[in-house]
Amino acid sequence: MSNPQGASALQLIDVHKNFGVTPIIRGLNLDVKQGERHAIIGPNGAGKSTTFHLVSGRFPVSSGQVLLKGQSINGLPPYLINRRGMSRSFQVTNIFPRLSVFENIRCGVLWSLGYKYSFWHLIERSRDARERSEAILEQINLTTRRDVPAGVLSYAEQRALEIGITIAGGADVIMLDEPTAGMSRSETEHAVGLIRKVSEGKTLVIVEHDMSVVFDLADRISVLVYGQVIATDTPQRIRGNAAVQEAYLGVPATESDHA
Amino acid sequence: MNRHAYLLPWIAAVVVVLLLPYVFSSGAAITMMSLMGFAIIFALSFNMLLGQTGMLSFGHAVYYGLGGFMTAHALNVIAAGKWPIPLPVLPLVGGLTGLSFAILFGWVSTKRAGTAFSMISLGIGELVAACSLILRGFFGGEGGISTSRTATLRLFGISFGPQIQVYYLIAAWCLLCMAAMYAFTRTPLGRMCNAVRDNPERAEFVGYSTQMVRFIAFCVAGFFAGVAGGLAAIHYEIVTSSVVGAVPSGYVLLMAYIGGVAFFIGPIIGAVLMTLLQISLSDYTGAWQLYVGVMFVLVVMYAPWGLGGLVLMHAPLLSAGTFRRVLPAYALVALPSAMLFAGGVLLVETSHHLLVKATEGPAMRLFGVGYEANSPMVWVAIVVLLVVGGVLLKRLSPKVSEAFHAARQDALSKRIAA
Repeated sequence: MSNPQGASALQLIDVHKNFGVTPIIRGLNLDVKQGERHAIIGPNGAGKSTTFHLVSGRFPVSSGQVLLKGQSINGLPPYLINRRGMSRSFQVTNIFPRLSVFENIRCGVLWSLGYKYSFWHLIERSRDARERSEAILEQINLTTRRDVPAGVLSYAEQRALEIGITIAGGADVIMLDEPTAGMSRSETEHAVGLIRKVSEGKTLVIVEHDMSVVFDLADRISVLVYGQVIATDTPQRIRGNAAVQEAYLGVPATESDHA
Repeated sequence: MNRHAYLLPWIAAVVVVLLLPYVFSSGAAITMMSLMGFAIIFALSFNMLLGQTGMLSFGHAVYYGLGGFMTAHALNVIAAGKWPIPLPVLPLVGGLTGLSFAILFGWVSTKRAGTAFSMISLGIGELVAACSLILRGFFGGEGGISTSRTATLRLFGISFGPQIQVYYLIAAWCLLCMAAMYAFTRTPLGRMCNAVRDNPERAEFVGYSTQMVRFIAFCVAGFFAGVAGGLAAIHYEIVTSSVVGAVPSGYVLLMAYIGGVAFFIGPIIGAVLMTLLQISLSDYTGAWQLYVGVMFVLVVMYAPWGLGGLVLMHAPLLSAGTFRRVLPAYALVALPSAMLFAGGVLLVETSHHLLVKATEGPAMRLFGVGYEANSPMVWVAIVVLLVVGGVLLKRLSPKVSEAFHAARQDALSKRIAA
């Protein structure tokens, strides 16, 4: 589904981010097309999670431009960015632990259904919110755990719920931060199937360490090293890119060829 | 289950409220139940912040007190101008006052959450308390603002002179506010309040401004606190500057916390219990506030879900029929608990007598028994009761939690099997 000529879902133009005097993101350029599944890979400390935080409004950028569907979202708080159709998950599970699984999802759908800050609707009578939440629960396979407090779910279930909350609002740009981190082989396979299903027809940006997941899912891959994107290309070409191998794997291309 | 089953507790509440004055018909009882009525509204409004939205306010009495003052002024203006406004709508003046000041102060304080919010609420509380001593025109200085509830327009010949009529007025407002505050928890915003309490960061990433959620919750809580203050002004017919101070702000925190902030019913239990203690315990002992303080510390340490939580955690046991299995364990700790309690009361009362009532001599009575406060035997008894009771309770309490967990496990497996 790669369409390098298509419209951009997300663009970062010469983005810088400093923490104090320490530069973390140093002139990052990224262009994610609408409808593609785009993976960001890179060694630890390259700035992958920071990039997510900058795009989702958790941190402001120090300089540069962030465009969501062609419009600048610089300096906007997370909730305004979310309302423009961008939703993200977190590397460390970030759910509502005392609310039930169903309620966790429902929190994710309320704004997109136009309930806003309503205290004049009764939630039990809001059929659209219930039906949409139940459909999401079905999608992420947690229907049987509907009324359990989210805090007591197993780790893999919490990761699935994390994705469920992220997609609940129907955002068309979905960003997943290491969705399979800490999962077993079979759990990872299940999660990849789930991610493929829920990102159908949407733009997906994913940070992931598991290379089999990346090469399985991504239409294009960007390699982030020391706060800069050193290459963006299809999985096949990234695999053969000498600069990527040297920077990311820490070995000269010729040696890894012999390995 | 009938689809209107959720109405049953409310119908029961209405019936109870209507019948209470026939069961407890003494003047003192009706006064106490009136106090409970606005204490419940005040405690529930406080819990919209603490229990529902995770905001610990140290200045909630500001909205209660200002609502009370404005209601008293409104009553006086209405009486002077002979305006055709009946008394039952006047708590609305209190509510709108609470709401207005909550909008004003909430706009500032809800920009922050957590400790910063608590500190700002404390600051605003002190600010208003200081103003209450300076702005004598509005707050009435030392004497406060007096008013009369009987000078308003009479509907159906009800004068609101007799306390029983005021009781029914307060009871009606109390039921109305309880229902409204419960309904609030079942709205999209009410659910998002819980989400903001649990995880404010995630709430921002599903499209909600946590500041706006906190602000609206704060305003609604301010409104209901103002209604409670208005009812208090109607009941007492006087409002003094102490109602906006730190003491009632702390008192409402005690009520909500002792009852249990995690449940809607918790602050109701707390308000009823604390009012009961304040009125009846103060008849028996001058050290009643010490008992309330000790109870608060015990709840915080051993029952963080409050007394409401202690009751509700037995609900699954009762419905599964495993409750009687914990009774032997409870019976086992009853004696050491009673010993500790008796020792504690003896210690407090004897010390209180010696320290505060020294001029009356050492002779005193407790539980109908007369003794000499300075007799060594009394102090030996205190030490024995506290030490033996404490050691026994420490030894036996693991058995209680064992029995409880076993019973709960059985209850859960029965439910899964069903």
